[in-house]
Amino acid sequence: MKEEIIFAGFGGQGIMLMGKAISYAAMSDGKHVTWMPSYGAEVRGGTAHSMVIISDEIIATPIVKEPGICIVMNRPSLQKFETRVKENGLLIVNKSLINIDAERKDIDILNIPATSMASELGNLKVANMVILGALLARKKIASLITLIDALKDIFPASYHNMIPINEKAIRKGYEYGSR
Amino acid sequence: MKKVLMCGNEAIAEAAIIAGCRFYAGYPITPQNELPSYMSKRMPEVGGVFIQSESEISAINMVFGASLTGVRAMTSSSSPGISLKQEGISYLAACELPAVIVNIMRGGPGLGNIGPSQSDYFQAVKSGGHGDYHQIVIAPASVQEIADLTMLSFDLADKYRMPVMILGDGILGQMMAPVEFKSLKSKVKSFGKKDWILDGCKGRKPRIIRSLLLAEGELERLNLKLQKKYNEIKDKEERCEILYGDDSKVMLVAYGTPSRITRSVVEKLRKTGKKIGMLRPISLWPFPEKEFKKLAKKVKAFLVIEMNCGQMVEDVKLAIDCSKPVYFYGRSGGQVPSESEIIKEIEKIYE
Repeated sequence: MKEEIIFAGFGGQGIMLMGKAISYAAMSDGKHVTWMPSYGAEVRGGTAHSMVIISDEIIATPIVKEPGICIVMNRPSLQKFETRVKENGLLIVNKSLINIDAERKDIDILNIPATSMASELGNLKVANMVILGALLARKKIASLITLIDALKDIFPASYHNMIPINEKAIRKGYEYGSR
Repeated sequence: MKKVLMCGNEAIAEAAIIAGCRFYAGYPITPQNELPSYMSKRMPEVGGVFIQSESEISAINMVFGASLTGVRAMTSSSSPGISLKQEGISYLAACELPAVIVNIMRGGPGLGNIGPSQSDYFQAVKSGGHGDYHQIVIAPASVQEIADLTMLSFDLADKYRMPVMILGDGILGQMMAPVEFKSLKSKVKSFGKKDWILDGCKGRKPRIIRSLLLAEGELERLNLKLQKKYNEIKDKEERCEILYGDDSKVMLVAYGTPSRITRSVVEKLRKTGKKIGMLRPISLWPFPEKEFKKLAKKVKAFLVIEMNCGQMVEDVKLAIDCSKPVYFYGRSGGQVPSESEIIKEIEKIYE
C-alpha cells in the first residue's frame, strides 16, 4: 500500500499536527512514513499544508503533488487542492467553514461540519481531530487505537490534559465518517 | 528507546548532542531553523552552550574560539549564510581546528528562494574560502542517515583536526521520518586527550594557534602538511553506496534528495528488465573516485542527477578520466526532479 495525503487549512487550525498524528500512528504500525510541511513564506491567515506519505516500501520523495487523500479545512484550500486530487481519491471538506461545494464527480467527497462538531465538544481547536477520525473511518491507513495512542507522543507533557477531548473528537469524527 | 518522528534538522541537533557537541552558535535562516531551535532547548539541558549570534560571521568565529579550547563545536546555516562563513572555515582549516558546519541548501544564487537545492556543491567540495585547503563533505539521504552521519562527522573532524561539512537540502532538513538514536549512544568515540588545545599553560610550555605564518617557508610547510593529511583522507575516507554495480549498463549518480528519487527509478526499471544502477556518493569530498574507476570499466555510461545546473557531473568526469560518456539531468531554483523526468532521460541514452 502507498497513501499520499495532503492536509490543508489556515495556519492555527492544527494542520501540521494532523499530519504528524497520522504519521506517528502509521510509524507505530510499522509503515514507512514521511511528513513534510509547506515551508514557504507563509502569512498569517493564509493557507498552510503538510504532506504525508505512508507506504510498505521505502519512500522516494516526501513531496506530494497529486494526493490520493486530501483534507481541506478552509475555502482557499479547497480551491487550491480540489483539482489536484487523484481520480477515485478521497476529499474531506470541513463544511463548517467552507460555503461552496466541491465540484469533482470522479472522486469520493465527504462533507463534514468538523468545526461545529468540535464546538459541541467544547473546543473549536479539535476540529482537526474530528476530521482525522472521519478519515480513519473511510480509509484504514491506521487503526483508531494507534492514532489515539499517538497523541501521547505528539503532545508535549504540559498538554496531556487535552488528550481526553482530542480522543472524544477523534471518536466523534469516526462515527460520522462511518455513517 | 523506540523510534521517534523527527525532521532532519532536529535529527542533526540530537545526534550532535549525543556525539558530545557542547557548543552551538548560529543565526536563523530557512530551511534550517529547526536545528538552532532544537539546540536552544537541548543545549542548556546537557550543560552546553547555545548562542544565537548577531550574524553568521560571528557564529563561525565563535565556533573557532570554542574549538580551540577542545570542545566539540558546531554551527549551521543555509546557502547565503554559508557564504558568509567561508572566511571562518578557511581559518579553521589553517589552524587545524575540528568543527562541524551544517549547510541545508536552498535555491541560489543571491538570496534565491527557500526551496530545496544542491546549488552549493562546488562551494562545499572545492572549499569556498580562500587558500589551499579542503573540508570533508558528508551527504546524508535520510533522516536516520542524517543522525548516523552527524556522529561520523564529529569523529572525522576530531580525527583529522579539520572542518567537516554536512551537506543537505531543504527537503532533508524539513521532512520528518522515523529515526532511532539508541544505537548511536554506544558509538561515541574518543580520540584521546587533545594535546594541542588552549586551556591555560600553567606548568607547561605555551601553545600558539594562528594562521598568519610570515617566516620564510613556514606557510609552505603548513600547506605540505595539510596536503599529506588530505591525501590520507582520500585514501581512507571515501564513502558511497552502490546499487546493482555488477551488471548495470547505465549507472545513475545522485546524492541527497535526488538519490531517493533515483533509487525509486532504479528499482522500477529493474522490474522491467532494464540494467540500471546507482552510485550514491556519501562523502562528496573525498569524492569516491576508486569506486567510480572500477565501475567505469563495467558500465556503458553515467547519468548524473542533481538539484542544480550541473556541478557534481564535473567530478564524475574527472573521476573516470572521461573514459565513458557522462550525461546530466538537473532541476534548479528550488525545483525537484521527478521520477518520470529521470526515466525520460534514461530512455534517451539506454539502448
